Amino acid sequence: MADRHLEADTPELRARWGGFSFAPAWEAKAKTAIAKYPDGRQRSAVMALLDFAQRQVGEETGTQGWLPIPVMEYVAKYLDMPIIRVVEVASFYTMYNLVPVGKFHVQVCGTTPCMLRGSDDILAACKKRGMHKGHTTDDGMWTLTEVECMGNCSSAPMVQINDGNYEDLTVDRFDAVLDALAAGQTPKEGTQDPARHTVEPVGALSTLQAMVSENHDYRGEW
Amino acid sequence: MPKVTVDGVELEVPQGATVLQACELAGKEIPRFCYHERLSIAGNCRMCLVEVAPGPPKPQASCALPATDGQVIKTDSPMVKAAREGVMEFLLINHPLDCPICDQGGECDLQDQSVAYGRGASRFHEEKRAVTEKYMGPLIKTTMTRCIQCTRCVRFSEEVAGVDEIGALYRGENMQITTYLEKAAKHELSANVIDLCPVGALTSGPYAFEARPWELKKTLSIDVSDALGSNIRLDSRGREVLRILPRINDDVNEEWLSDKGRYMVDGLTRRRLDKPWLRRDGKLVAATWDEAFAAVAKINPGSSVAVVAGDMVDCETMFAAKALAGALGSTQLEGRQTGLDYDCSSLAAVNFNSGFAGIEEADALLIVGSHVRWEAAVLNARLRKVAKKGGKVFLIGPEWETTFPATFLGTDLSVLGNLPKEAADTFAKAERPALIMGGAALGKGALDACLAFAAANRLVKDGWNGFNVLHMAAARMGGLMLGYAQKGGIADLVAAKPKMLISLGADEVDYTRFADSMIVYIGHHGDKGAHAADVILPAAAFSEKPGAYVNTEGRVQFADKAVFAPGDAREDWTILRAMADALGVTVGFDSFDQLRAAMIAAVPALGREGLAEYGALPKGKAGISGSIEAYPIKDFYLTNAIARASETMQRCSAELLHGETFAEAAE
Amino acid sequence: MLADKDRIFTNLYGYQPWNLSAAQARGDWDDTKALMARGQDAIIEEIKASGLRGRGGAGFPTGLKWSFMPKESKDGRPSFLVINADESEPGSCKDREIIRHDPHKLIEGALVAGYAMRARAAYIYIRGEYIREAEVLEAAVAEAYAAGLIGKNASKSGYDFDVFVHRGAGAYICGEETAMIESLEGKKGQPRLKPPFPAGAGLYGCPTTVNNVESIAVAPTILRRGAAWFSSFGRENNKGTKLFQISGHVNKPCVVEEAMSIPFSELIEKHCGGVTGGRDNLLAVIPGGSSVPLVPAAEIWDAPMDFDGLKAVGSGLGTAAVIVMNKSTDIVRAIERLSYFYKHESCGQCTPCREGTGWMWRVMNRLRTGDAAIEEIDMLQQVTKQVEGHTICALGDAAAWPIQGLIKHFRPELERRIAENVREAAE
Ligand SMILES: Cc1cc2nc3c(=O)[nH]c(=O)nc-3n(C[C@H](O)[C@H](O)[C@H](O)COP(=O)(O)O)c2cc1C
Ligand code: SF4
Ligand code: FES
Repeated sequence: MADRHLEADTPELRARWGGFSFAPAWEAKAKTAIAKYPDGRQRSAVMALLDFAQRQVGEETGTQGWLPIPVMEYVAKYLDMPIIRVVEVASFYTMYNLVPVGKFHVQVCGTTPCMLRGSDDILAACKKRGMHKGHTTDDGMWTLTEVECMGNCSSAPMVQINDGNYEDLTVDRFDAVLDALAAGQTPKEGTQDPARHTVEPVGALSTLQAMVSENHDYRGEW
Repeated sequence: MPKVTVDGVELEVPQGATVLQACELAGKEIPRFCYHERLSIAGNCRMCLVEVAPGPPKPQASCALPATDGQVIKTDSPMVKAAREGVMEFLLINHPLDCPICDQGGECDLQDQSVAYGRGASRFHEEKRAVTEKYMGPLIKTTMTRCIQCTRCVRFSEEVAGVDEIGALYRGENMQITTYLEKAAKHELSANVIDLCPVGALTSGPYAFEARPWELKKTLSIDVSDALGSNIRLDSRGREVLRILPRINDDVNEEWLSDKGRYMVDGLTRRRLDKPWLRRDGKLVAATWDEAFAAVAKINPGSSVAVVAGDMVDCETMFAAKALAGALGSTQLEGRQTGLDYDCSSLAAVNFNSGFAGIEEADALLIVGSHVRWEAAVLNARLRKVAKKGGKVFLIGPEWETTFPATFLGTDLSVLGNLPKEAADTFAKAERPALIMGGAALGKGALDACLAFAAANRLVKDGWNGFNVLHMAAARMGGLMLGYAQKGGIADLVAAKPKMLISLGADEVDYTRFADSMIVYIGHHGDKGAHAADVILPAAAFSEKPGAYVNTEGRVQFADKAVFAPGDAREDWTILRAMADALGVTVGFDSFDQLRAAMIAAVPALGREGLAEYGALPKGKAGISGSIEAYPIKDFYLTNAIARASETMQRCSAELLHGETFAEAAE
Repeated sequence: MLADKDRIFTNLYGYQPWNLSAAQARGDWDDTKALMARGQDAIIEEIKASGLRGRGGAGFPTGLKWSFMPKESKDGRPSFLVINADESEPGSCKDREIIRHDPHKLIEGALVAGYAMRARAAYIYIRGEYIREAEVLEAAVAEAYAAGLIGKNASKSGYDFDVFVHRGAGAYICGEETAMIESLEGKKGQPRLKPPFPAGAGLYGCPTTVNNVESIAVAPTILRRGAAWFSSFGRENNKGTKLFQISGHVNKPCVVEEAMSIPFSELIEKHCGGVTGGRDNLLAVIPGGSSVPLVPAAEIWDAPMDFDGLKAVGSGLGTAAVIVMNKSTDIVRAIERLSYFYKHESCGQCTPCREGTGWMWRVMNRLRTGDAAIEEIDMLQQVTKQVEGHTICALGDAAAWPIQGLIKHFRPELERRIAENVREAAE
């Protein structure tokens, strides 16, 4: 994060992104997002619109997407808010990519709960595959970022790659996920422990066994 | 009114006061960086911490805490001392210790407070943070490593100037203050952030490394770049005014100053008339004072004299010239150089009656023919407050970029008698309706129609007079009080075909209309007036003479002399006094004090600081046609001779208005 | 051990679908109209009587908080409920399970709570990284609208109530309630000064209550089963059931709903398969998420896992995110990594936090390698004290406490590293 910065505002950037506008599908989402807030409070939708814009840029570039300056200006106009306030928001929240990223944004959680369960190994595995923190690999496939706690601590260590979480990782399981992604497959998200469903204690359940096989209604027992 | 106890002393404080204000009322100094009376409360620097009971067992930010009855406040307890030392230490760990080369040195809040509240030696052994420079335009020099993130500049731009262009990007210790894409700050009040910045992060570009504060002589003066009469301080060294700063006057400029009023200062030393000049064979040649007065004597105009006053002259100069003309038998005086001829039989009708502070109370406002941002930049900030408080603002005239929500009603003046529904409803409901008419409207003869509007819309009622004329010349109201207005305006002077036309620094006159007159120019800059003159008598700029000015509210204010005029130039009144000798008449004063006394005897209001009394507002006559196609000011930065001589103003004009880029910007 | 029939989050592990029909089969949205018909004040009283304390970390009594909201709007301003689903505190991962496996509990809770506090809408602020979770939540909200459970005449109660999902975009600080409100307004998530408090002027300047996901999601069940049922669990002042999240060095990390006040040992042995390497291998525990001080093995073992029990051992329940560390842990690094977290997440607004978190982390980093002077331990302690209690929001405190805990309990370890580093340097 320390070296977050805005991509330079060059004529090339303007030429590529100056004409940005929402594609119909994103436009529809934008309208829905704005409608969530009271009249005149459309600024509340700036986070959503920046996300949509980033995702559309992602679609257009075959990556996770990012926010070129002209795109932020488009969002500012769309919401009738000063551009500097939009840039403040975009630069404050870490999920907005301020510079281009690769096809897959590998976000390794490095905070203490993941660290205790082996995030060092996951980062080492990334390095072995040629990824470096804050960089995109030359083939444009992988961007590596170490991120802060992602709220998956009971299934640590974890990585988030674009929209999917991969939990209970070991180096082997992690490699398998990346290999699958590289091969154009869609690996299963969530825990990578074959013996685990979600965040229950692995193996024999200590609670709620009845729920495993049927949608049990406990009300009869109240 | 809540009663609180501050360090053992009980006192009552006004309802709504903060703990910080309560402490100040108790005579306790509370250190602060982010808090500023005229900005919203940010409470982010944490320097103003005090101990307050009842409350949590930790120090409280006094700037943000309302004072409530029964509070016991301590400003000098060990907890408070430790808190201040702690905050001070945090502020300093990443602050460069470059005071010796910092322009803020000697007037730096951080420096002062670290001496007063700091702990001394640093325990910080990590590398200091470095922040890249940000370009903010020709006026603001940045050294962002010194920034303490108080966000005063951000709040000023957003709240006061109404131009959201400075922001704090990123977060945590990487938070950085910048303009959008490091573009120049682009509004007329931009340099006020320099005063607001408590450290040396934003300093004055043009003034960089000019002087240290303790070398400067400080003189109280009045800004002459517009008709607001902003209160200023002239900082001078030797014969040179090095900088101009605003003074606080809540009734006039609060504590702001327009960029022009501040930065035309370098124009005071450039293109100066520092010796007399005479036109010989069509060419201006340098002369001595004796030769110059001989030339004036030779004109020997008898009573065929007229005087035209420029926009920046003081009342005393105008009175002295009036006395001279009178002694010669003439009453041909005019100050409206560009030909305006509105009726001046009632000064109430051409005055800003609500007052600047008063206009904030308006709940409906119609602006007729005024580009307020350019004609009265500091006042524009007040109009923003009108809109912020929920007042509705409408405008007649070509569109300009307002800094507040406002509705343009087109350029057709007939709208005055026929408001569209929304505006009509607003005015019908308004409790304090107001109108501001500007020079463009005066020029279209709209005064009568505006007065009629005032009557129709109850602009004058008990304790409220919402009828306002916004002039642009610092000399205007004083001139009108001294009779510098002919019924037909300057056309009357033209028609009188004076043998001698005395020009008091009048640079906007179309002198070709006086082709047969001998033009005696008494002024300070080699600008348009001087070029047309036959005799040039070098005089003093506003900074070089004492003088009275009356602002567009009818507020009489006095400026002091900061420095001597350059070269052979002299104070204007002495020139006029000597001319009287040369022309063989007496004017009745031999000293400035006598002159002022005579002026006050003639116009008593000019002797009293404060608002002059102009009587009741006359009725107007409804019905007007025509439309406002343009505003008088074409270039905010170059409206007068001093500004036109200023390199800084030229650069602002080129860069900010005409989009030229300068080499430094790219560095 | 809590019986399954007394668990509120029966689909915690997502073995069954989250959708409306499945949720209804488990008992959600069962005559919500009748719950609301008890009246707004009665609902608040019931919640007060249940002893429910906020599950977002601070433990403020929930019913009391709701009662601060205006009973009628004097100036036409509406009231809002904001549901805090920002869950970003290291170690916390419970709200995620509620949202992705039992979202209807939350939505029904939003209606009931929103109704009780006379709000016109609820905004659920979900952290941006919970992408799949937000997808589920949005779909569940759409289901609830389609079924007439929320929206106009919600659940046929005659009350109009909207529920909106607002996604964050990566900022821990937005979990702080006033930062969340700023963020909802489309700004940077920088906490506001208090006063004014949100109940007076919050979202869009309107009366607002911010509650954690769990606090809201348990409300319908409390109303259905009664305050007495809920308060039958846990010790006095620490009532109810609670989602615990256990991470780190246990054999089976998990999220589990248990009775408040369950001893640490029972929680770990019954549900988590014990400490990795056995009880004797336990080094220390951070019992309430990264913001609370660590507790050494000996003191935590029998401690009741509740607000007062953990306070008694110099820590806190926080979000009940239990980070277990055994003797293989580099304890200095574990805390140093948290210091880095706080530096990374400081909003940058106020001086002590902006400058202090960076300073503290840098010193911690050197202490980790022993590249420091002995006096710097005390200096660091002082710096934490200069941050604590001097900031706008509690992030400053949260950054200070873990370090204070480390220094209190592991000073010899810090000294050892410095000594060894000096020796290495001398060699
Ligand atoms: C830095 C910081 C982060 C916080 N993060 C969260 C959070 O992620 N989720 C949460 O529910 N509360 C969080 N809180 C607490 C909230 O400010 C607030 O107290 C809580 O949402 C109230 O809900 P409750 O009364 O239901 O507990 C945080 C507080 C601070 C100071
Ligand atoms: S304590 Fe930190 S996070 Fe909270 S307001 Fe201050 S700088 Fe922001
Ligand atoms: S002056 Fe109060 S916090 Fe800055």
